[in-house]
Amino acid sequence: MTMQVEFVSPEDLLYSGVATQVIARTRGGGDIAFLTGHEPFIGSLLTCEVRVTEESGDVRRFAVRGGFVSVTGTKVTVLSDAAEASADIDVAQAQADLAEAQAAEQADPEDAYARADRQWAEIRLAASGAVELPAAH
Amino acid sequence: MPGGAERILRRRIGSVKNTKKITRAMELIAATRVARAQQRAKAARPYSEQLTGVIENLSAGGAEVDHPLLRKAENVENVAFVVCAGDRGLAGPYNAQVLRSAEREIQAVRADGGDYRLITVGRKVQDYFSFRGYNIDTSFTGFTDNPTYENARDIARRVRTVFDEDEIQQVDLIYTEFVSLGTQRPVVRRFLPLEATATIAEEGGGDAAALAGFSFEPSPEGVLADLLPRYVEARLFTALLDAAASEHANRQRAMKAATDNAEELIVKLARAMNRARQESITTEIMEIVSGAEALGSDDEVSNVPMLLPVEPAAS
Repeated sequence: MTMQVEFVSPEDLLYSGVATQVIARTRGGGDIAFLTGHEPFIGSLLTCEVRVTEESGDVRRFAVRGGFVSVTGTKVTVLSDAAEASADIDVAQAQADLAEAQAAEQADPEDAYARADRQWAEIRLAASGAVELPAAH
Repeated sequence: MPGGAERILRRRIGSVKNTKKITRAMELIAATRVARAQQRAKAARPYSEQLTGVIENLSAGGAEVDHPLLRKAENVENVAFVVCAGDRGLAGPYNAQVLRSAEREIQAVRADGGDYRLITVGRKVQDYFSFRGYNIDTSFTGFTDNPTYENARDIARRVRTVFDEDEIQQVDLIYTEFVSLGTQRPVVRRFLPLEATATIAEEGGGDAAALAGFSFEPSPEGVLADLLPRYVEARLFTALLDAAASEHANRQRAMKAATDNAEELIVKLARAMNRARQESITTEIMEIVSGAEALGSDDEVSNVPMLLPVEPAAS
């Protein structure tokens, strides 16, 4: 039992494939896994890692900076203005971004943009497999 | 000065030829960029279609929220304008058309006693309005020929801040719509407040089959609140891509016209130069002949042997 999975960003179609399971994290709902035949669902995503289990059993990991997931029985669409496949993530860049965002956040703990940037950098590092995500997230 | 005219013309032809090389190169570059810009606009379409699709589903599910971006004012007094044109000139009427309609809109608002905010995209827009003493709220430059989503997000952030905080009841977007390769036209579009979700859904464009019975997380209203800002960004991004494609198409046309003109000019100048050259040769011959005539009128034969080569002496 498989379903079609698409990652759509404003610049292009990031990924299109066939999968057996998709795991994402929605705002307010925590982690959620979709299997074929899931009820029609639209969720608002957090900045998170999305895992797609392909037919072959391979797991593809994506860093997603917020967005939406739209599910019908046979199709999962992830809409995100910024998403990167694990292989495409520039680890050095993400680490630099992380340092920068942390500095900005320390200077102004209320800075929502800095926090968002930090989370985005963390998720990218985690999805690339370079760094284990800190447990308290 | 017979030789002088020819030299001057030759130099002019050289410079026109160089100009032609440049305009020809710019034309070719613009042509490839139009193709790329169109491709990017095409690549961006699935995203906005899907977003619209989600709105359709939400609307079908009966979600209607009181979101600041949907807030409609009773009477519109103050208007903000987002004016998108190019960073560079040499694109025919592209910049001028957008600037003209933008200025007209601003004057109309002022005539009604309202105030305006001006957000400019493109160096030409910034130059034009600051030179004429308009108040520019924010100006964005440096990306009009190849905008990224990041740019759209920056602009959208500023637009929303203006719309949220200031006494602004409406935001208009002025840019050039890319209809086809041959047609681009400047348009003024109402940007904010957004249409009610039901209207967006009705206008369609989304590819999702609006089937009721979706479940939403965290809630229809929550999803919509997340979605509307992105919808704003996506619309702005679409406009930027359209403007970029239009700019390149206009530049291609302008540069093609310039190349053709240069070619015509080269032909004209070459003719003038040939005539000048011929004239000077004719004059020289006349001078030589008349000079020779004056000198050798008494003894024509005696001069001739001097022009023949000297026979080598027999050994």
